[in-house]
Amino acid sequence: MLTMIGKRLMFAIPSLIGVVIVTFLLTRALPGDPAAYFAGPAATKEAVEQIRKKLGLDKPLIEQFFRYTNDLAHGDFGNSLTTGQPVAAEIRNRLPASAELTLLGLFVSIVIAIPLGVLAATRPGSWIDHLCRITTTAGVSLPVFFTGLVLVYIFYFRLGWSPAPLGRLDVFYSAPPTVTGFYLIDTLIARDFEAFRSALSQLILPATTLAIFSLAPIARMTRASMLAVLASDFVRTARASGLSPGTVIVTYAFRNAMLPVITTLSMVFSFLLGANVLVEKVFAWPGIGSYAVEALISSDFAPVQGFVLTMAVMYVLLNLIIDILYGVIDPRVRLEG
Amino acid sequence: MKRRDFLKSVTGVAAGALVPAPAIFSPARADARSETLLIVSEGGPNNLDIHGVGTNVPGYEVSWNCYDRLITHEMKSGPGGVPYYDRDKFRGELADDMKIDDMSVTFKLKKNAKFHDGTPVAAKDVKWSLDRAVSVGGFPTFQMSAGSLTKPEQFVVVDDNTLRVDFVKKDRLTIPDLAVIVPCIVNSELVKKNASEKDPWGLEYTKQQTAGSGAYKLSKWTAGTEVIMERNDAWVGGPLPKIKRVIWRMVPQAGNRRALLERGDADISYELPFKDFQEMKANGKLNVVSLPFSNGIQYIGMNVTKPPFDNPKVRQAIAYALPYQKIMDVVLFGLANPMFGAPADKVIEVAWPQPTKYSTDMAKAKALLAEAGYASGFDTTISFDLNFAGVNEPLCVLVQESLAQIGIKATINKIPGANWRTELNKKEMPLYTNVFSGWLDYPEYFFYWCYHGNNSVFNTMSYKSPEMDKLIDGARNAASTGDKAAYDSDVKGFVDLAYKDIPRIPLYQPFVNVAMQKNISGYQYWFHRRLDYRALVKA
Repeated sequence: MLTMIGKRLMFAIPSLIGVVIVTFLLTRALPGDPAAYFAGPAATKEAVEQIRKKLGLDKPLIEQFFRYTNDLAHGDFGNSLTTGQPVAAEIRNRLPASAELTLLGLFVSIVIAIPLGVLAATRPGSWIDHLCRITTTAGVSLPVFFTGLVLVYIFYFRLGWSPAPLGRLDVFYSAPPTVTGFYLIDTLIARDFEAFRSALSQLILPATTLAIFSLAPIARMTRASMLAVLASDFVRTARASGLSPGTVIVTYAFRNAMLPVITTLSMVFSFLLGANVLVEKVFAWPGIGSYAVEALISSDFAPVQGFVLTMAVMYVLLNLIIDILYGVIDPRVRLEG
Repeated sequence: MKRRDFLKSVTGVAAGALVPAPAIFSPARADARSETLLIVSEGGPNNLDIHGVGTNVPGYEVSWNCYDRLITHEMKSGPGGVPYYDRDKFRGELADDMKIDDMSVTFKLKKNAKFHDGTPVAAKDVKWSLDRAVSVGGFPTFQMSAGSLTKPEQFVVVDDNTLRVDFVKKDRLTIPDLAVIVPCIVNSELVKKNASEKDPWGLEYTKQQTAGSGAYKLSKWTAGTEVIMERNDAWVGGPLPKIKRVIWRMVPQAGNRRALLERGDADISYELPFKDFQEMKANGKLNVVSLPFSNGIQYIGMNVTKPPFDNPKVRQAIAYALPYQKIMDVVLFGLANPMFGAPADKVIEVAWPQPTKYSTDMAKAKALLAEAGYASGFDTTISFDLNFAGVNEPLCVLVQESLAQIGIKATINKIPGANWRTELNKKEMPLYTNVFSGWLDYPEYFFYWCYHGNNSVFNTMSYKSPEMDKLIDGARNAASTGDKAAYDSDVKGFVDLAYKDIPRIPLYQPFVNVAMQKNISGYQYWFHRRLDYRALVKA
């Protein structure tokens, strides 16, 4: 197991190096001149040059690159110009916000989509199968910012059930002391139940928005994979042996159908981190998605590079976890690994 | 159908189960709410110090409220009875007394003024701060130079409580320039302690925290998320503000900002689409204040160094072909002052901005174009800044449609905000729309930056005319010596010339729009167009 993890991590190194080089070049290829942008509306040519010098952008590209990699090696991601803060600190503060939202959204989605997929597969052509089809198609066809705005409009503006879409906590609560960075956990550790309630109620709408969007792939994949497994010989044998339908479906069929579902889950998770950008905008969520987009709009190199690098590392880790999970679910995979 | 029912029931159950708790449960929080002002806006500061490198406009708002200046403007009643800063009247903020001599001005500091950390404000702090403003380079230094404040030697400490500013030359803008945001007074000892050899002015330190004597002090800043400021109860710069605490949250979605206002959760917001402001104005649930930008104009500019726009006839043709009224109605929903269509017999005033005599007249436009030798039109591109796409995009589409009617095929070129300034600096765009507004509200100031042959960044048309330069320089000289007759005739002269030669076509004077709850009063319009918390009252 450990050798497998070690091997996988070794394989990740070249891709990370590639990511570092490509993001560096891509950000430099962006249109726009950060020096002119940050020199302000009233800048003279000399002022722009002064700023360019301060930012180190007057140096040749190769020198900038070496300086960048040298800083990276020392754990320094550089400074964001739009927010004025060190990128590493900002990503550290913002990543938990995005992760908490994405994980909760994914959780809600799984809780709805997997039973729905299983039921649809066991009763193909029934009303529940159609419901599954319609729900998923509609969910994936609606852009997330639209779903988000509709939910805000109904549950906040019209009904007043949901709190104001103002980020992670109501304005008059202070954030719990950081332990995990997840407010739901940190508020419980701090035993601040009012804040927990506030954090949870702030999360519901954005998490639902993400869940609606990600229902489709999970439910469809569960259904397809269950249908294939249910048609296979060992299920027929199990049924013929007189096992109860529940045992057949849950113990035999579902476990075997899970591998492709897990793969889909990992894809959906990374996908959601991307979809987050829009949801974060709608709900004023202080996550990394909105951070990266704002940086991109103002040609702010350091955060964009930091964001892409963080994402790359996360993908590598995610794939690793999925591979390990495969082994846990299906012993055959373990042998090959 | 089914899907909708399903979604409703799922989200409804989830929301219904957990949320019906009100936002505020404890009485302490309700109290806090009544003394707290909640502002929502699209963007937040990137630096709390206006002297910093690349401080953005929201950063100016923090500086304005957390730092004091020597002097500030008095208020007068503006359009619609809203308090509007009085360009010509000053009062002391940190200064008790201001004495203007022929070639210098002397300030006496208020004796009981203290910085947030309790150190008294002394003349050496003032000198250090003004030295800093003229030395750090970039925008602050540029702004100081607009009032002929360029060298540290100009600021002289007379005694602990007295500071003299020497003039390098007579300039009417020197005193007003001391009342803008830039010459703010910084706690020099505190900042020096946190400065380094690489950063002698301590810009890294003041980027993250405020070190002033202003009415508010920063208590928390999470970049891109929120700024929290508390009242400084020891403030001597004016009457003690009513608002104890200001929470400023960044809400990127304009629709949500409006929802927050209409639900009564947020107290005040700006930067909303014009349509929203107009609707909010009509439904009367909120107070909406709309005031014209002082000394500001949105215009269509043309590069006069290259054909076809080097020909004044072509420029006049364009000026007759623009769909002015449509822009006012469809793009701005009436929230702007028209800068076109003055009656033919109207005399040019000594004022800026003022409307041109152009209005939409396709026949005239066609005739002028034919006279210029472009009877069959030509191809060009019209560029705009995507950062202000809400106004610029529909505006350019309307212009494109109109120009097509006189045979000019204009392709729209959308330029990302980060790139806009670079493009302006290159001075190569043939046709574009842009806005300019000056902090100092004087016609010759506007013209100096936008029309003078020294070709500053804002002379986006690369317009050069010896006659124009003579009039602008004449007006500047006349203003500094107080020669009113010469000043008036020069101002009238350059406005007239600018409209005859028409290198840029004024469209309208934009409005700054602010929406607030009915229980909020005391909004004041300032030249910088940001909020002044010190005057706001929450009933």
